[in-house]
Amino acid sequence: MHRSVSDYMSEFDDIPGTRVYTTRRARQGYWLNQFCMSLMKPENRERWRADEAAYLADWKLTDAQKEAVLARDYNRLLDLGGNIYYLAKLFSTDGQSFVQAVSTMTGMSVEDYKAMMMAGGRSPDGVRSIREGT
Amino acid sequence: MARLTAGIATSHVPLIGVAIDQGKTEEDYFKPIFAGYEWTKEWIRKPENKPDVVILVYNDHASAFDMNLIPTFAIGCAEEFEPADEGWGPRPVPVVKNDADFAWHIAQSLIIDEFDMTIINKMDVDHGLTVPLSAMFGQPDAWPVKVVPIAVNVVTYPVPSGERCWKLGEAIARAVADYPEDLNVQIWGTGGMSHQLQGPRAGLINQEWDQKFLDDLTADPQRLRSIEAIEYLRETGSEGIEMVMWLIMRGALQGDVRELHRHYHVPASNTALGHIVLENA
Repeated sequence: MHRSVSDYMSEFDDIPGTRVYTTRRARQGYWLNQFCMSLMKPENRERWRADEAAYLADWKLTDAQKEAVLARDYNRLLDLGGNIYYLAKLFSTDGQSFVQAVSTMTGMSVEDYKAMMMAGGRSPDGVRSIREGT
Repeated sequence: MARLTAGIATSHVPLIGVAIDQGKTEEDYFKPIFAGYEWTKEWIRKPENKPDVVILVYNDHASAFDMNLIPTFAIGCAEEFEPADEGWGPRPVPVVKNDADFAWHIAQSLIIDEFDMTIINKMDVDHGLTVPLSAMFGQPDAWPVKVVPIAVNVVTYPVPSGERCWKLGEAIARAVADYPEDLNVQIWGTGGMSHQLQGPRAGLINQEWDQKFLDDLTADPQRLRSIEAIEYLRETGSEGIEMVMWLIMRGALQGDVRELHRHYHVPASNTALGHIVLENA
């Protein structure tokens, strides 16, 4: 049974505080994500650490993407087409864990975020749907 | 003839690998996480249970595949696979050895059966594949099983539906049954359970939903087939979608299955850790 792309995709924007990695974001974030992939090589990590701005000059990121990378503004990077598994190469190079990096997107301190996880995590109640408010 | 004897599912949280690699499994935070694998480690060591080959369903986390190549379903057919460098150096784990004859057989069978698999030779394998091996086998000098990697795109949307994953599992079962060599084969589905690694909603956990999913792997598996991507996203977080890979495992088991062991713990890093062992009833 055929299902239209717009029907399938339309609901993804209705989830609070979530950027689903759609093909639109994948296109927008192509160079941003490929830059992140380059940090899987130790020699590139070294060059990156030595001079981040100079390293970025070799990549076709937009100015906004470059600024957000240098600022480690992960929510902004998601908005600009970044995907968390690619961005993980960036925060791993910084020596950050998933918990440390992910907590920066929640507006909570890392301690508060860890405490929330230890207490069972964030409840889905109230953050399932923007439209329904559930 | 090759026999599919059991299915295992487990989360593949990177932190589990870190804890094993850095000798932290006895720390308070990790003790309850690893306690739930003890049963399986004992069970899988017994000669009557130990598989010759594991068909290991996982997702690559932007390690082997980047934005240049996004296969929906891929099968690793090389002789062996190195652990990937995900940004902090490769995990200190053994090279993963394939049963390449068997892998190529499965690849052919699936394509003949109308699953348009991407065949991969050169591929490094990331935590998605190596963490489950560490959880089940600890730190051996060499992995005690051969591994056929099956990689599923659950990162870039649209991702394959649960129904499609289930049917792939059924096709894998047919491929196994059609292999003449006498092999004990297990299928593992990895990833999940509820977790969200991005945005202000990060940290989402839905224990009730997860437990019902675990229950219905035996009680009502047909219900699980029709769960839509949007429900995984809303109810279990953006990365909870990984649970469609458990349905490849479940689809491969076919018919009635018996639950041998279950483990569920919150949190492991940002994630609700789930693990279950199933065998055909």
